[in-house]
Amino acid sequence: MTTVHEIHEEATGDVPIRRITITVNGERRVVECEPRLLLAHLLRQGLRLTGTHLGCDTTNCGACTVLVDGRAVKSCTMLAVQADGHEVTTVEGLATASELHPLQEGYREEHGLQCGFCTPGMMLSAKALLDENPDPSEEDVRWALSGNLCRCTGYQNIVKSVLWAAAKLRSE
Amino acid sequence: MYPSRFRYEAPRSLAEALDLLRTGDEAKVLAGGQSLVPLMKLRFAAPGLVVDINNVPGLAHHELDAEGNLHVGALCRHADLERSQLLKAVQPTMAAAAPLIADPIVRNRGTLVGSLCHADPQGDWASVVLALDGAIVAEGPAGRRTIAARDFVLGPFQNALAPDEIAVEAVIPAPRGTPAGGYLKLERRVGDFATVGVAVAVETQADMVTRAGIALTGVGGSTIEATDAEHALVGGALTPDRVAEAADLAAAAARPKTDHRGTAEFKRHLVRTFVVRALGRTGEEAA
Repeated sequence: MTTVHEIHEEATGDVPIRRITITVNGERRVVECEPRLLLAHLLRQGLRLTGTHLGCDTTNCGACTVLVDGRAVKSCTMLAVQADGHEVTTVEGLATASELHPLQEGYREEHGLQCGFCTPGMMLSAKALLDENPDPSEEDVRWALSGNLCRCTGYQNIVKSVLWAAAKLRSE
Repeated sequence: MYPSRFRYEAPRSLAEALDLLRTGDEAKVLAGGQSLVPLMKLRFAAPGLVVDINNVPGLAHHELDAEGNLHVGALCRHADLERSQLLKAVQPTMAAAAPLIADPIVRNRGTLVGSLCHADPQGDWASVVLALDGAIVAEGPAGRRTIAARDFVLGPFQNALAPDEIAVEAVIPAPRGTPAGGYLKLERRVGDFATVGVAVAVETQADMVTRAGIALTGVGGSTIEATDAEHALVGGALTPDRVAEAADLAAAAARPKTDHRGTAEFKRHLVRTFVVRALGRTGEEAA
């Protein structure tokens, strides 16, 4: 069991800590947390899954995107307690011990990664797209990634990377 | 950033949710959370109790009733509306608006009803529902009541719900003629507030406009219903002259301010252009 206590403010005593169960990257985790803990903080600090990045912290940039039950969600804009009973996928859940996910390979092949900060969020938005639409057009990819900002403005190669991954996944 | 402390409850029925609201603990209802959670993080909102209705069954629908009225439940996400074949078939104004709300990730969580309750003067759905003469159904201790969209927003971020009421759905009345129209929006980038948004919803019978709704986003301190433009359209065909007159009247109804998104003149011009485009397309569809 993981206990999360990273918010250091004087406890008022009248806010109950809640115990929640979430499945993260296939692994069942039982967590005790305050209701105000954000899913992003639970993942990064509580579960030490620092692949999920916090960029703007204001629901704009999409760096904190994870999948909740297969749908892309900004984890800075969801309470951890809301994930109780649900399945969460983070960027750490893409690769296996021996093999990169095709999206990660695509990023390597097409130079999709510049500073890398937006990359995990981009990859999870892209995964949600490819799970639903295995043969997206370039326009579909741009549309699906329009909630994720890359401040290096490396969009061209990110789009190419996702299209590369789509082709790879279709050929498997 | 994280919110101030609050008590959190996730009831499994509407009755239980309503009971929680009666505890009078400065409660807020949480549906999609795409406006409420950011406000709580910025500490503009600091509710004592958050009632998360995501586990309440029977609120995720969007469907037509026997009379053809469209019901959109409090847990129907923007993304559900974006993918809806039903909307594409029966409700062109909403079908046009759904893909333009926020960004794709926010659309996966956020809800139309929550957006109306949030009452942001820049909200897109408020214009759309106003143009369609929609209403909000609220449930409280005394039962259900229906509040017209035009009476629902009392001011910026203020709605007409009592503290012990929950907005359970929005209702769009069945069209009596052939529905047409759209929602046109200029935004600097995906997810930004509209520089200008224009919702147009007309109904025609034998080429004659029998009902017209035009509402504007981003060109005043609130959603603006362009009533003069609406009146100018009803009772005639969508001829170029009548469309131009309606567009001019809609532009006159706008109260834009010059800001970082553009000059007042530019925004007024956009209102006129968007009305012409929305009605021009409508005219082609009718022909």
